[in-house]
Amino acid sequence: MKTDGSALIVEDLHKSFGKLEVLRGIDFHVREHEVVCLIGASGSGKSTLLRCINLLEPIDRGRIVVEGEEITARGVDVNRIRQRIGIVFQAFNLFPHMSVIRNVTLGPTEALGLPRREAEALGDELLGRFGLADKREDYPDRLSGGQQQRVAIVRALAMRPDLMLLDEVTSALDPELVAEVLNVIRELAAGGMTMVIATHEMGFARDIANRVCFLDEGVILEEGPPDEIFSRPQQERTQRFLQSIIEAGRM
Amino acid sequence: MSYAGGTPPPAGSGVDPALPDGDRGSRILAPLRTEGVRGVTIAVLSTVVFFTAIVVAVVNSSGWTEIRGAFFDGEVFREALPKIVDRFGLNVFIFLVAEVLVLVFAMVLAILRSLVGPVFFPLRLLAAGYTDLFRALPTILVISLLGFGAPALQLEGIPTSKVFWAIVALTLVYSAYVAEVYRAGIESVHPSQVASARALGLSRRKTLRYVVLPQAVRRVIPPLLNDFIGLQKDSALVSVLGVVEGLNQATILQFENFDFTPFVALALVYVVITIPQARFVDWLIARDRRRRQGAVGV
Repeated sequence: MKTDGSALIVEDLHKSFGKLEVLRGIDFHVREHEVVCLIGASGSGKSTLLRCINLLEPIDRGRIVVEGEEITARGVDVNRIRQRIGIVFQAFNLFPHMSVIRNVTLGPTEALGLPRREAEALGDELLGRFGLADKREDYPDRLSGGQQQRVAIVRALAMRPDLMLLDEVTSALDPELVAEVLNVIRELAAGGMTMVIATHEMGFARDIANRVCFLDEGVILEEGPPDEIFSRPQQERTQRFLQSIIEAGRM
Repeated sequence: MSYAGGTPPPAGSGVDPALPDGDRGSRILAPLRTEGVRGVTIAVLSTVVFFTAIVVAVVNSSGWTEIRGAFFDGEVFREALPKIVDRFGLNVFIFLVAEVLVLVFAMVLAILRSLVGPVFFPLRLLAAGYTDLFRALPTILVISLLGFGAPALQLEGIPTSKVFWAIVALTLVYSAYVAEVYRAGIESVHPSQVASARALGLSRRKTLRYVVLPQAVRRVIPPLLNDFIGLQKDSALVSVLGVVEGLNQATILQFENFDFTPFVALALVYVVITIPQARFVDWLIARDRRRRQGAVGV
C-alpha cells in the first residue's frame, strides 16, 4: 500500500497508561517534506504521540503508517522501523561514556552495519554542517546544552531517517541557547526534511510549520496553517491556550 | 580557627583548591590546601606530637616486652617473610584466576537476571536462586565441600586438585556477590539511555552491550574492588584443605619458632597488596571523570 505523498498517517490512535487515557483517538497525516508542529498544554499527549510513532510505546488501538508501511502491524521488525524514524528528546539523552563522534556513529555502525570509516565520514560531514566539527572528540558532559542538543540532532540525522520527530527539543535549554538549536531545525526544514515537532516555541512554530495541530486532552482539537491557528483559532480551548501563552510573554 | 572541611577559600582565589577533581584519596589532605604554609606547619607538628605520644605510651606499658617478643621479633620476621611470600604466590594464583572467572560468570548471572519478558522467567528464576543460595552459604563450607568432596568421588574426568576446587568454590561464592553489584549498576543506568539507543534502531542486545553495560561497569568499579579484596582475603580459607599457601606456611613457622611473628608478616603482605589496588581504582575513577568533564566551559 503506497500512499502517494504521505510520509506519515496516524489513524484512531489510542494509548493509556494504566487508567489514564493519554491519547483518545488521534487522526492525522504528514505529507513528505512537510513540517507539522504539535502545540498544546503539558499533558495534552504531544510527547506520547511522538513516542508512539517511534514505537517506543506500544499502542492500544489504531494504526500508524510510515511511507506506506503499516508499522503497527504484527510481526514488524521494530528495529528496522526505528532506523527510518529519527527522534530527538527534550533531555538530549546523549551517551555520556562516548565521544561526540562515537555518539553519532553508533547507530550507523551497529544498527545499519555501515563500515566505521564510512560512518565517521558521514558523521564528520554532519558535525561540520552544524558547526560542531571541533567538538568531535569531546565527551557530552563538556558541551553546553545547545551543543549537546545539536549533537543529538546530528546523531538522529546520521541514520538518514525518512522522518524526524522532535520532542520539545529546546525546553531544557537556557534561553540564550535556544536560537542555535532552532536554526539547525530551520536548516533541516529548508532541506526538505519531513518533521513532526512538539514545541512550546510559538513564534518558531508559526515561522517554520506548514501546519499546526493543537492537542487537547488526547485529541487533535484543531489544525490548520499557522496563520489560521494563531490569528483566527476557531475552538474556544485553542483561544484560551494561546491567550495564556501570550500572557506568559512566550509569543 | 580550624581547618575542618567547609572553611571557604580566600575570596578572589578564583578556583576552589579544596575540591580536587574526584580524588577520594586526598580528602584527608584537601582542607590543608586552603590553609597555606601556616596550616601545614601546625598539622605536621600536631601529627608528630600525637603519634609520638601513642608510641611512647605503648612502649612503656607493662607488657610491651612480651608483646614485642611474641609478635614483632625481628629475626623471626626476616626469616619468615621470604618463605611466606613464596607460598603466598599460591594465594595470588588462586585469587587472580578466580577473579577473572568471577568477572565473566557474574556478568552472565546479572544479564540473565535483567532479561525482560515472560519467556525468560526460568532463567531469571535460576539466576535469582543462584545468588540467594551462594550468598547464604559460608565460603569455608563451600571450599570444604568441593575441596574434600569432589576429589573423594574419584570419578573419571573430575579433577582431584584441591587448588582447582578451591578456585571453583571461590568463583561460585563471589560470583553471587558480584552479580548483585553488576545488577545494581545495570539498574542505575537511566531508562532514557535505553530509549535513545532503541530509538536509533539498536537491538536489545546491542543496547546492552554498547550503552548499558559500559556505563554500569564504570559505576560499579569501587564496589567491585571491594568484593575482590574480600575474595583475596578469603583465599586464606583454602588453608582448611591442607594446601600450604600463605596462612598454612605462617602456621608452620609459628610452630617452628614458638612465635606469632609469622602471622604479623603475613598480615603485612595482605596490607601491602591491598592498598595499591585501592589507590589504583581512585586513579581510574578520577581519570574517567577528567576525561568526561575536563575543563569547565570549553
